[in-house]
Amino acid sequence: MLEFILERYNYWIVITLMMTGLYIVYARGNLVKKIVGLNVFQTSIFIFYITIGKIAGGTAPIYIGDDLKKMKEGAHGDGHGDDHGEGHDAEGLHDTPEGAHANDLSDAGEESLHSKIENQFPDVDGNDLKTALQNLEPSEGEGTEVEGLHETVEGGGKIANQMFEGADKEAAGFDVAGAKEAVEGGLHAAPDAAAAAAQTMGAAASHGEIIYTNPLPHVLILTAIVVGVAGTAVGLALAVRIREAYGTIEEDELEAMDNVAEFGAAGTERAQ
Amino acid sequence: MSLSAQLPVLPIVIPLLMAPITLLLPKGRAPWAWAVLCSWLAFAASVAIINNVYEFGVISYHLGDWAPPLGIEYRIDLMNALVLVLVSGIAAVVFPFAYESVKSEIDERQSPYFYGALLICMVGLLGVTITGDAFNIFVFLEISSLSAYALISMGGRRDRRALTSAFNYLIMGTIGASFFVIGVGLLYQATGTLNMADLHAKLAGQDNRVVQSGFAFIVVGIGLKLAMFPLHLWLPNAYTYAPSAVTAFMAATATKVAVYVLIRFFYTVFGFDFAFEVAAFTYVILPLGIAGMFIASLVAVFQEDVKRMLAYSSVAQIGYMLLGLSFATTAGLTAALVHMFNHALMKGALFMAVACVVLRTGSHSCHAFAGLAKRMPYTTWAFVLSGLSLIGVPLTVGFVSKWYLLQASFAAGHWYAGFLIVLSSLIAVVYVGRIAELMILREPDPDGPYALARKEAPLSMLIPMWVLVIANVYFGIRTELTGGVAERAATALMTMASGGAQ
Repeated sequence: MLEFILERYNYWIVITLMMTGLYIVYARGNLVKKIVGLNVFQTSIFIFYITIGKIAGGTAPIYIGDDLKKMKEGAHGDGHGDDHGEGHDAEGLHDTPEGAHANDLSDAGEESLHSKIENQFPDVDGNDLKTALQNLEPSEGEGTEVEGLHETVEGGGKIANQMFEGADKEAAGFDVAGAKEAVEGGLHAAPDAAAAAAQTMGAAASHGEIIYTNPLPHVLILTAIVVGVAGTAVGLALAVRIREAYGTIEEDELEAMDNVAEFGAAGTERAQ
Repeated sequence: MSLSAQLPVLPIVIPLLMAPITLLLPKGRAPWAWAVLCSWLAFAASVAIINNVYEFGVISYHLGDWAPPLGIEYRIDLMNALVLVLVSGIAAVVFPFAYESVKSEIDERQSPYFYGALLICMVGLLGVTITGDAFNIFVFLEISSLSAYALISMGGRRDRRALTSAFNYLIMGTIGASFFVIGVGLLYQATGTLNMADLHAKLAGQDNRVVQSGFAFIVVGIGLKLAMFPLHLWLPNAYTYAPSAVTAFMAATATKVAVYVLIRFFYTVFGFDFAFEVAAFTYVILPLGIAGMFIASLVAVFQEDVKRMLAYSSVAQIGYMLLGLSFATTAGLTAALVHMFNHALMKGALFMAVACVVLRTGSHSCHAFAGLAKRMPYTTWAFVLSGLSLIGVPLTVGFVSKWYLLQASFAAGHWYAGFLIVLSSLIAVVYVGRIAELMILREPDPDGPYALARKEAPLSMLIPMWVLVIANVYFGIRTELTGGVAERAATALMTMASGGAQ
């Protein structure tokens, strides 16, 4: 029981903050304090959303592509610059490796890893991230389910650790570079070379894969923070105006003044 | 990349891009003209959209060409399209109307900000209507609400109570929106998607506590925004003290859009597979709708202030809509949609008439309305006609929606609801009749502040007002226009809600 409660400590924080915030909004008469209460309330929502997106063992959803890019530049330093069109062709080939690969890696955890490398690889090449995401979609269908993610993570987390601790980064990078070359070669001898590229990519995937936490809730909450800040700004501006017009920002005093304005000249007309 | 392919996004993009430009325009007439132009463009785009949807079915527009479950989708079926036309149509009528009224009520230096905020408010409402993404609804809801708070507080120049009512609205509106976000977050936790069509597919069969609490949070959050009966406390003051033109616009659109969101979640995202939704209909929405119909109507009878009276009447009318949608039948949903459209027409016209009176007498107290029939005949008859429509007299839109509602309640087996609808309409006779009597039969107190001779409101206000009044009669006679669209929309929603694919 205690474990059940402690394991979900982040939810308890959310609930406590939420109730505290709402209580402040209702119980405090000072308008600025109400706004602050509203902020506490909204903060609890931010934490709630961040909780949704968190994956055990995952790192921040910031794309760690620098290492790969550096190594790619090292490997391709000479032949890369003049051959610019290749990026697009490599993109076109993506469907093939994907299809070929699904058979090899039947394990569910591996599959999601695979889709992640799909995501990274084109970006390293300067391809459109968007197309990569579109490729990603079918597997995303099951992958986004939160519980599902938590399960796959355990397998993936280990691999991620391997990447940081034991994995030979340069070897991994070389693999990617190799995959790259293979794809370039594939332009001339398409199917075979593409399959080879897929294999090397698979190797790269098992070598070093980074588990990211789900970025979508973070994006959502960034939006919500902006909305919250805007709301706070409008609220505080209104408080300033109320203070100018009434000379106070205590709610009961304001109500008393409004009541006088409404019922003061009872029966006749309210003052204009 | 032709313009027609981008049509669904135009009602959002045009005003969104045009609104900031308003701030750069010189004070006075220019920002107003700009806003009017913008609202007409949005209206034209909306009409084009509803034509398109009516002929070719649901439009799905991928924002930035990102495919739906991940990207944001604008998904427009007949219900969206109807609300879209409603909101942009009311804007296209109220914005031209606003000029004289705003000139007299708002500091001229603020006019660029005022029209900018008005445009942003319209964008928000249109965005809520058009989007197919649950989180996007929250964002647009807050865009419209934040500008609404600012717009209401601009009434503070005439009456400082506008400021406190705007503040109260801000607190309640923000809590409502936050509840909505919590609900959406819980649904996301259960399904991993935010797209509403996708949510519907993935929620199927998931009747657990996460989904239940998500449902509850969303209903309460939207309930706050739409002023569902016990959550309506922000509305009367906000509508009373806002600048008259803002009241006319918001009363006709803001709550309707929230009702739309509620219907969207009830019928598209959830559906009747969920026992808790049916329970919510029977034990929450239906009783609250009826309670709102009566209590708010009764409160309206005793109001001295005409704007506040109409605001309470709005709460009551929302009760009718909730009643209609809680029957969970095609007929009930049709009635709710028709009433949503019709109520916007009548409340828009009524609040515009009040705005004319405020312009000439400087007050919206009922004493200012005494003897207006001789001095401002056009305004008076506009008020009386749309008041009759509010009551539900035949040949007006009010009758049409009450007729649909009565039919639906008897068909759904809630015969008592039918009687209650008629009964609460009688209360509407009392409060509308009271003002009509003052306007037509009474003379103002010769020594009072309203004894002076007054002239009719300017033509720039009379014409838009009468456009709405005539719409009240026109749609009351040609019922197949709204009724037909609403019925088709309702049928589509019902098939989706009872488990069928769209």
